[in-house]
Amino acid sequence: MTEPLLEINELKVNYQVFGGDLKVLNGLNLEIYPGEKIGLVGETGCGKTTTMKSILGILHPAARIKGGEILYRGRDLLKLKEKEMNDLRRQHMSAIFQNPTAALNPVFTIGQQLEDAIRYSFSREERLPKKEIKARAVEVLNDVALPDPERLLKNYPVQLSGGMKQRICIALALVTASDLLVADEPGTNLDVTIQDQILRLLINLVEERKTATIYITHTLGVVRQFMDRVFVMYAGNTVEVAPTKTLFDNPVHPYTKGLLQAVPKLTGVEFSQGIPGRVPEYQRPPAGCRFHPRCPDSTAFCQQEKPGFVEVEPGHQVACFTGGDS
Amino acid sequence: MNLKKFIGYRLIYSIFVLLGLSILIFTIARVVPGDPVRLALGARASQEVVESVRAQMYLDQPIVLQYLYWVRDIFQGNFGISLFTRRNVLIDIQQFLPATMELALVSGVIMAVFGILLGTLAAQKKNSLMDNLVRLVAYVGVVTPSFVLAIFFVLIFGYVFNIMPTAGRLSSYIQAPPWITGMITVDSLLTGNFAAFFNALRHLLLPAISLAMAGLSQQARITRSTMSDNLQKDYIQAHRTYGIPRRRIMSKYLLKPSLIPTVSILGLDFAALLANAFLVELIFNWPGFSRYGINAILRKDLNAIIAVVMVMGIIFVTVNIIVDIVVAYLDPRIRMGRERS
Repeated sequence: MTEPLLEINELKVNYQVFGGDLKVLNGLNLEIYPGEKIGLVGETGCGKTTTMKSILGILHPAARIKGGEILYRGRDLLKLKEKEMNDLRRQHMSAIFQNPTAALNPVFTIGQQLEDAIRYSFSREERLPKKEIKARAVEVLNDVALPDPERLLKNYPVQLSGGMKQRICIALALVTASDLLVADEPGTNLDVTIQDQILRLLINLVEERKTATIYITHTLGVVRQFMDRVFVMYAGNTVEVAPTKTLFDNPVHPYTKGLLQAVPKLTGVEFSQGIPGRVPEYQRPPAGCRFHPRCPDSTAFCQQEKPGFVEVEPGHQVACFTGGDS
Repeated sequence: MNLKKFIGYRLIYSIFVLLGLSILIFTIARVVPGDPVRLALGARASQEVVESVRAQMYLDQPIVLQYLYWVRDIFQGNFGISLFTRRNVLIDIQQFLPATMELALVSGVIMAVFGILLGTLAAQKKNSLMDNLVRLVAYVGVVTPSFVLAIFFVLIFGYVFNIMPTAGRLSSYIQAPPWITGMITVDSLLTGNFAAFFNALRHLLLPAISLAMAGLSQQARITRSTMSDNLQKDYIQAHRTYGIPRRRIMSKYLLKPSLIPTVSILGLDFAALLANAFLVELIFNWPGFSRYGINAILRKDLNAIIAVVMVMGIIFVTVNIIVDIVVAYLDPRIRMGRERS
């Protein structure tokens, strides 16, 4: 088996706030292989965006890393200097943000932002002349199927629609992400038809370039259609990992099962079932398994001990004491 | 985009503002009790003389007619005679305005440049030593009136250490440059008289700083808070994920959007600065326009009051047009909004 491109081991991240610490990431595990597409699924507020920011080293100043490691090709990103980290972001990894309107600087043209990203994606010695940078910018906008790129470069974000802006964000991210792309629910703010177009475009582009992609979402349909493997997250922990088909056919963790049942079905007449309760409060999270207050199968033991990963079948791991026996 | 149209629009708008201002100040100056002519001529002047001067100034006519006469005279370039200097008020203004303009401009530049600079430095790292220092200075600056600061400066730099001049615009042993613009620094540069230039600059420094401090503090505070807010915006995080170096993000991608609120209030700060100039001019014995204006009001010198207020109004309107143009340049959202309407 090849080496993982990125490997997160037992990552713990707190946020210092007034009145205590928010213990958001509580031992997150994740690995992705070169060219792989994985889905990172979980409810709102379970730490998905914090995961993205940890990988890229752009955490909020109030965030504190309390443990764990993020290995990228064997180097621990948490130990890198800002300059070294930035060198990785320049060429090897990037992100797409949730809201394209917020992710583009409102007072600079698309051209200024895109051309700067292209300029810095080369090392100082290899930096392209201005003309070539512009040609490359036009090319990149063509790649994301935007019409009239020459004119677009002169536009400000305020002049464009949400869908166009998200395409530009994709273009920006792909310029600087040769190895790894973290897409944080791109398209959540767009209407459904546009969302679908954007998603297909993104998947085509990353497959073409063999860019490993972490797709963060709460929409299970997307994951089922396009992803190789799925990581299910709950309250700052990875609770289940499996190849996509396995996960949908044979979910083991009670949370995963609940999540799958909660998907609204267009065909059915019955209401989908939700999971009672909500993501815990992070200042005083539940002891033991963080899911136990909402778990239908919880035992007294679940309140004391945090479950580790157990392999239930090859490539399918679960962090639950029931271990699929229930 | 269409800058000419925008400026034209603002100019037309400004004409109405100035028209309203002239009616307002014209009325106020005349309804205030007290006979300006009697005040000017003294108790011993005969009633006939007073009446004839009143007639000359149309003061015996209804106020609406008085205003119309005034407007007619303006279009002939005649702003009327000051009751006290006995000169055309335009000549008075020409004499006193440059000194104040020089002070206000230098003060305004100090305010904008150092305000934004300090705010930017403070925003680099929240709660750092620099940040706390800037915040402390800014608090003190906001609460200290400019005249208090001026007195302190005179005491410390003039009296205790005696290293800075604290009165007038130029030392008596320096050959004054010929009157070109009336601003000594500009005139001395134009004539290549560097001794006068540096001497005038030294005279300017203390009054300009005491005048600038309040606005400077305001600018620093606003720049700091906007920048540290914007630093957490998605688009700045996005620039980071594209690998743009931190220095470039700070000086380009963060600075430009963060300047918009700062520049927007620059116009107001400049107006406050002109208003504060009177006491500062008094303390530093600066022969300026604000002192002329206040004296005109105290003496009820009708034509001078109106002319002073109108000149202030024109300066204020001009500064605000410039501010609006700069804001529109910085913020395409405003520019595009205008284009659409």
